[in-house]
Amino acid sequence: MERTALPGRLSWQSGEVVAIRQETAHAKSLTLAVPQWSGHRAGQHVDIRLTAEDGYQAERSYSIASPPGVGQQIMLTVELLNDGEVSPYLVEELRVGDKIELRGPIGGYFVWEATMGGPLLLVAGGSGIVPLMAIVRHRNAVGSTVPTRLLVSARSYEEIIYRDELERLAADNTGPEVIYTLTRSAPPTWTGYRRRIDADLLKEVAWAATGHPLAYICGPTEFVETAATDLLALGYEAARIKTERFGATGGT
Amino acid sequence: MSEGFFSRGFHRRRQQENAGRIPPGQYLERGFPVLSAGPTPHTPLDAWDFAITGNVKEPKRWTWQEFMALPRETPTVDISCVTKWTKLDTSWEGISVETLMKQVDYDPATAHYVLAFCDGGYTTNIPLTDLLGGRAWIAFGYDGQPLAPQHGGPARLLVPHLYFWKSAKWVRGLQLVEKDQPGFWESLGYHNYGDPWKEQRYQGD
Repeated sequence: MERTALPGRLSWQSGEVVAIRQETAHAKSLTLAVPQWSGHRAGQHVDIRLTAEDGYQAERSYSIASPPGVGQQIMLTVELLNDGEVSPYLVEELRVGDKIELRGPIGGYFVWEATMGGPLLLVAGGSGIVPLMAIVRHRNAVGSTVPTRLLVSARSYEEIIYRDELERLAADNTGPEVIYTLTRSAPPTWTGYRRRIDADLLKEVAWAATGHPLAYICGPTEFVETAATDLLALGYEAARIKTERFGATGGT
Repeated sequence: MSEGFFSRGFHRRRQQENAGRIPPGQYLERGFPVLSAGPTPHTPLDAWDFAITGNVKEPKRWTWQEFMALPRETPTVDISCVTKWTKLDTSWEGISVETLMKQVDYDPATAHYVLAFCDGGYTTNIPLTDLLGGRAWIAFGYDGQPLAPQHGGPARLLVPHLYFWKSAKWVRGLQLVEKDQPGFWESLGYHNYGDPWKEQRYQGD
């Protein structure tokens, strides 16, 4: 059934895959051309719906990695979950030229715009970096100089998503400071952090609470819980800590 | 999208057990995911109370001790989160909202809606009738244990027939109001009512 977009309604739309980029061994970025895209804010997500030939459907949410204002295109970065139902299709099956159904943007709380200021602390666990990358890219695109630190926790150096782009952005005077911690393995020459985030690590990396920083934390549940609790202990205001938890494998 | 669209190369990967109990667009989850917009509050029990306020003759307040003395129920229910997971046969312990409301003097004509309020500032709106008739609880136990802070402990609202954002974590009270007013997620594009069986996820659904 053809649906016309109603005001205030999130209709299902068609997006065509126009580019695919391998980010890490397990993650790909998909660029979708979405002719009816109404725009989004950095940090929002979309719902994806897949339909099998027998009519079976599966829906999941994915964060938007691209900043607002890139015309009628959005980029999603999807990490393969082996026991997943939708991510194996998006990462392993989807080709340029394929179409998928999506609707959005969704979520109006875990968003950042330059007018919201900072200083900004972004804390990413694994693929939790995706919505934070939209924020970093938006900050760069609008020429914001809001002081920004991005703390990225990844299993290994190879698994840091967007590593090259982050290093380019960080090399700029007005770019974000990017700090990595590697939790499972690190190159022999690695001098950065190599442990899971904890109170001491956050104390070293995070802005002092006296400057009323604005914090965004995204990652697996336990990661987010740890980071949010530690930031509260450092004196961060609860109302200025925004969280997005990847709950899909809760209980494990 | 036009009718007949399918995703080239996509096949069902999961056997749909209990298919009749999974609302449209949802998948069966065996863990218990955590979704919250901010840090987890930790309110000590001696500072905790539960209040019914708004359009009532006298606001009613229970301390934790008083609350624990109320008649308990142990519902086993299916829950569905708007982020697509559904969990079957979850077992809870709590006080039904019906039990609480029986201790409050109010005029139903001025109390069509409830705004639940919580530690951390979260709110959600629900028609009062949806909370009565044994369809909603203030739950403090899950799976035989005290409800963990991540899941809303010491106590959360439990309204299993609506998407789970309506089951407000860290709930501290219910405000009875005459006119409906959107809560936290309802102001941010999510559906005002949130019936999973009608897939009322977002405004306009």
